[in-house]
Amino acid sequence: MRDPAQLAPHVMEGIDPEFTKHARPGDLIVAGKNFGCGSSRETAPAAIRAFGIDCVIAVSFARIFLRNAVNIGLPILECPAAARAIRNGDEVEVDVAAGRIVDRTTGATFEATAFPPFMRELMAAGGLVPYTRRRLGLV
Amino acid sequence: MGMTITEKILAAHAGRTVVEPGEFIVAKVDVVMGNDGSTAGALAVWKQIGAERVFDPERVAIVFDHFVPNKDIQAANLLTPVRHWVRQQAIRHFFDEGRTGIAHTILPEQGLVGPGDLMVGGDSHSCTNGAVGAFATGVGSTDLASILALGEVWLKVPVSQRFVYHGTPGPFVMGKDLILATIGRIGIDGALYQAMEFAGPTMSGLSMSDRLTMCNMAIEAGAKSGIIAPDGITLDYVRGRAKRPWRVYASDPDARYAALHEFDVGDLRPQVAKPFSPDNVVPVDEVAGTPLDQVFLGSCTNGKLEDLRIAAGLLRGKKVHPDTRMIVIPASQWIYTQALKEGLLEIFAEAGAAVSTPTCGACFGGHMGVLGAGEVCLSTTNRNFVGRMGDPTAKVYLANPAVAAASAVRGVITVPEAEGPA
Repeated sequence: MRDPAQLAPHVMEGIDPEFTKHARPGDLIVAGKNFGCGSSRETAPAAIRAFGIDCVIAVSFARIFLRNAVNIGLPILECPAAARAIRNGDEVEVDVAAGRIVDRTTGATFEATAFPPFMRELMAAGGLVPYTRRRLGLV
Repeated sequence: MGMTITEKILAAHAGRTVVEPGEFIVAKVDVVMGNDGSTAGALAVWKQIGAERVFDPERVAIVFDHFVPNKDIQAANLLTPVRHWVRQQAIRHFFDEGRTGIAHTILPEQGLVGPGDLMVGGDSHSCTNGAVGAFATGVGSTDLASILALGEVWLKVPVSQRFVYHGTPGPFVMGKDLILATIGRIGIDGALYQAMEFAGPTMSGLSMSDRLTMCNMAIEAGAKSGIIAPDGITLDYVRGRAKRPWRVYASDPDARYAALHEFDVGDLRPQVAKPFSPDNVVPVDEVAGTPLDQVFLGSCTNGKLEDLRIAAGLLRGKKVHPDTRMIVIPASQWIYTQALKEGLLEIFAEAGAAVSTPTCGACFGGHMGVLGAGEVCLSTTNRNFVGRMGDPTAKVYLANPAVAAASAVRGVITVPEAEGPA
């Protein structure tokens, strides 16, 4: 796999060539249905994380993207209501572990589909490699 | 509410009594398989993890199949560290050239996977193992490394689709034709992320060889897994092979399915998937006469002993057409040896076919029969996407071993009946 940092400048360019000009590290991506469809590579979520995106909220995720995002430690939340309501530029607060999304601009609050505890632990650890290290007692 | 066989196996391995489709679980793995390529990939992640020992060397199978015999210098250098790692980990179920085969053939054949198991493999065709009544699916190298260390995998419980087959297949109609007809009907995304459960009266008469072929191609409909509930045929096959105790599961009559499909296979013709997709399926009669540069008999789909017997039956005493090349690759060393003893390899060699030791090479355009620009091949394999077996302009037709043998003799796609009775 190529270094995700090298891929970060190209993140989302297939959909929005200007993406990296408008987006900033610490931003969220809010997306529609089947986000991440078409890529079976870990480089897709790895590039998003390397760019500094904190979380992706979508109506739904493509299955391989979901697996890869969880495994490389990119926080994701499935929340159709939030994905439809949040507007570009809104200030949004996300508690990934609790699955809570607050749109501070509009004041709206959303509950995402809850992941079971082990999935939250896996994402909080930063992905499958650090999670496995933790489980083996190496950290 | 009842559960499917898939849900029952997953629940048992997650320490639960019930699981629902769509929920995430952590499941204990009974056997994990890595091939040469995927184990090499996993070892890079293994180093990042800093793991020292595999969770249980008895439950790990490492099968060299893609690049053996060492394809080139790059492959040789890729595999050397894997060979060292396997010895360092004291993994006994290690299959290297001269004693190997295609992983999905080796695992059931050597009794390393059994009914009720949860099997995970570093290869997309790991779903083949579902033919013994196990849950079996493929994963990538990051997952593979973590599973090797922990003996656990996280999964989203797939919803099942049930495929019910009625009728007795005619001469030269095989498991390959049932699964091609199925994929032709539902499409390459017809079972995305779902479990395909094959059942019905036809299945009760179907050999393990045909069942392995059907589960092998579940991934070609996008499925996570394919499965057939164990019956007498399964248990006859498993007894004397299984290295561990097994458990038989069956779907409840009131289990829930995303869809139910019925097939009458009584008048099904041998099927052919035309370029460039496994769902581009027609009866062989529609493409008969298509000139062929190469015929390939082999792979985890159709390189089993029964497949070789059927093809040899049609090739006995005949010659491969002068304008066509034929390659035969038995799917395991055991099959190779049996085929040798039965005189099958002699039939192929005397017919003018190239016979190789087991490897995946030809199927994925790696080595041992790569297609050139514009060439046309009829192959008993599972994929015919652009560039799958070589040059992107080469065309691959997928078919059963009987169609392959008859077509090799005539040099064009041929209905098997033209070359003799079944």
